[in-house]
Amino acid sequence: MSLLKSREALLGGAILVLLVLIASRFPGFVAPDNLVRVFTDTSPLLILALGQTVVILTRCIDLSVAANLALTGMVCAMLNAALPGLPVAVILVVAVALGAVMGMVNGLLVWTLSIPSIVVTLGTMTIYRGIIFLISNGAWVNAHEMSDAFTGFPRASILGLPVLAWFGILAAVGMMVMISRTPLGRAFYAVGGNPHAAVYTGISVGKTQFWAFTLSGALAGLCGYLWVARYAVAYVDIAGGFELEVVAACVIGGISIAGGAGTILGTILGALFLGIVKNALPVVDVSPFWQMAISGTAIIVAVTLNNRNSKGKGRIILRRAQDQASEGATV
Amino acid sequence: MQMSVESRQFEKVSAETPVLELRDITKTFPGVKALDGVSLELYPGQVTALIGENGAGKSTLVKTLTGIYQPDEGAIHVAGEPVVFATAQDASAAGITAIHQETVLFDELTVAENIFIGHAPRGRFGLIDWKIMRTRAAEILTRIGAALDPDTPLRDLGIASKHLVAIARALSVDARVVVMDEPTAALSHKEIEELYELVDRLKAEGRAILFISHKFDEVFRIADRYTVFRDGTHVGAGLMADVTESDLVKMMVGRDVNQIFPERAKAPGDEVLKVVGYAHPTEFEDITFTLRRGEILGFYGLVGAGRSEVMQALFGITKPSKGVTRIDGQIKVIRSPAEAVEAGIVYVPEDRGKQGAVIGLPIFQNVTLPSLSQTSRSGFLRLSEEFALARAYTERLDLRAAALDQDVGNLSGGNQQKVVIAKWLATKPRVIILDEPTKGIDIGSKAAVHAFMAELAAERLSVIMVSSEIPEVLGMSDRVIVMREGLIAAELEGDDLTPETLVRHAAGIGESA
Repeated sequence: MSLLKSREALLGGAILVLLVLIASRFPGFVAPDNLVRVFTDTSPLLILALGQTVVILTRCIDLSVAANLALTGMVCAMLNAALPGLPVAVILVVAVALGAVMGMVNGLLVWTLSIPSIVVTLGTMTIYRGIIFLISNGAWVNAHEMSDAFTGFPRASILGLPVLAWFGILAAVGMMVMISRTPLGRAFYAVGGNPHAAVYTGISVGKTQFWAFTLSGALAGLCGYLWVARYAVAYVDIAGGFELEVVAACVIGGISIAGGAGTILGTILGALFLGIVKNALPVVDVSPFWQMAISGTAIIVAVTLNNRNSKGKGRIILRRAQDQASEGATV
Repeated sequence: MQMSVESRQFEKVSAETPVLELRDITKTFPGVKALDGVSLELYPGQVTALIGENGAGKSTLVKTLTGIYQPDEGAIHVAGEPVVFATAQDASAAGITAIHQETVLFDELTVAENIFIGHAPRGRFGLIDWKIMRTRAAEILTRIGAALDPDTPLRDLGIASKHLVAIARALSVDARVVVMDEPTAALSHKEIEELYELVDRLKAEGRAILFISHKFDEVFRIADRYTVFRDGTHVGAGLMADVTESDLVKMMVGRDVNQIFPERAKAPGDEVLKVVGYAHPTEFEDITFTLRRGEILGFYGLVGAGRSEVMQALFGITKPSKGVTRIDGQIKVIRSPAEAVEAGIVYVPEDRGKQGAVIGLPIFQNVTLPSLSQTSRSGFLRLSEEFALARAYTERLDLRAAALDQDVGNLSGGNQQKVVIAKWLATKPRVIILDEPTKGIDIGSKAAVHAFMAELAAERLSVIMVSSEIPEVLGMSDRVIVMREGLIAAELEGDDLTPETLVRHAAGIGESA
């Protein structure tokens, strides 16, 4: 437990060091306004990473999140273009529901056919992108076709924060509560930590994975609307390759790809780390291509640290070591 | 050992001198003396049967003579010369090969590749010489009478053919000693006959064979000699011609009662559970039994008799194709473990590492995992109630842990088991199924588990205990159901409960013997 805590502390420390380094040369970067801007910009990544976290906790992976986002976004944009008077609340419901359905498709395939999730979502990723092309004929939906209410909603400010940022915060808080305080949240860890034991405990592994995918899909659908409204454009390739950034945020945040280990706080920090790097590089005048190298390095460092932590968990045979371990546990 | 393993040394060996001899081997594991001064002799051209109950030390012996374990005391002689097997390679170089129950082969490789993996014939530039490899594989396969194409991928073969490949592999290194560890466990009758013929052929070639089997008919069919182990000690050896089945059974089970079991007032109450006519297409059939309040019902049988499979069906993990479960006389349909838990049935599985605790979750969350509906209000968990529940049951089991939010992975095996049992008791079950509850734990912990079982029964809980240990079955059960090959072979209680009757029914030996 102390190791887990220290992992998040380490990542939090890294983020602080990063901010201090940037601030030493560009104090403007850490001005409250700019930090809000950075957090808002990171919110879609954060929301998707929260959904991905529960999927990875159950020993699966969801590669279809970006395609899900793009398809939902396109549907929302076309809906708005066709029926400009439709309230945003209805569009939000449609987005979340459509995303959830796409997640359920993934979940059902994993659950009932026992196909490895990486294969299922690799397939649905391509299918969802293909559907966007079919419904849009490859055409874009541009800003002038969207209503002001549609594009204005994510930017609207509540208590000094844009709605988009509030969604990020809400998703994070909701997810923390769900993970720590509901039987489903507990089941995610049980299924990933020891699927055999979960079965004997009366927890269905497949059903739990199904709900993880549904959750991930619903959050991707939510992001679909937010994304399209924020950038005021929808086309086939939006958020192309974004799923890898989402997985990266989880891994940097300490979510174990082997399942069953990691915290929501870790994911939040992982997403913030990537968001800060992405936003800071143009400021410090470094090519955005460095962003890839930096996030790649961060992934490897994070995974190495996680592996180190999980090692040495073998049998404690030495009496001396046993005493130390039990002392450590009491503290 | 270098000298003794060269093949010319073997030629001096006659049928009267053992090709392999183990003298006074002792092997101790923490808390358990697995082998205590045992001896074994294997003669060229003869089959020696190694007989003993589960836990008699047979597997440890096999691991010792194949170099996987090193004995603490005692000597191994190959063709009269003392040797030390520091690694499995040493044993293999000395011509000793084992064919295990679960053959260690590679499904995606061909028959020839499997036979020669690790010692493939090399051609120029050190590359594998496929032509020679295929020819030699075909030669060996013909020699053992196996009609297999060396180029067939192993995954296309059945279990019997895979055994043949494993045997061919043993012969490819010119094994002088072939150890067969329950080779017929997964074979059909026809395949078993073919295996017997093969064993005869290996004998004719002058190889020494150690044949481990639970089945007496097999032993009498193919063995020339026997060695009997009991509780890690050597109790007898000789020629098969000089013994009868009942002599062997007596040697196997005749023991001093050195374990003390808790005294219990045996007063079973009303019927709690009734299983009627469970059947499964491949695993079991005609399973009917009852369980009464406060009763400990033992399930005895050889490994693979279908006991755990029946329990898994009862618990809703697998579905029996036929059969009815009644609880308190009411028919209950149990389709999933969740429904079983709800119906008051819990199952503590055999492989606790794999199926028991969730490593990574703290102790209290492991305990409350099946009881989350109890500890939550309107869909949200109450941590304080979870702690209270976990504390109540871990204290009752005398769990030694620094704190309840400590990771369960940091606990010792015995304490992890307590967490798993606490988890089940917290669901307030009516029927608790314990599958091999004392397997692989030391004597002290065994006594604690036994005392605890007695306590559960005294609290009017009904216990089903699946066990392969005869003393435990006899010492703890009110009644015993013996299973053999997926069927109930006998239901024993009172004076019928003796070591001999258990073994007879489990092994399928006629009453007349």
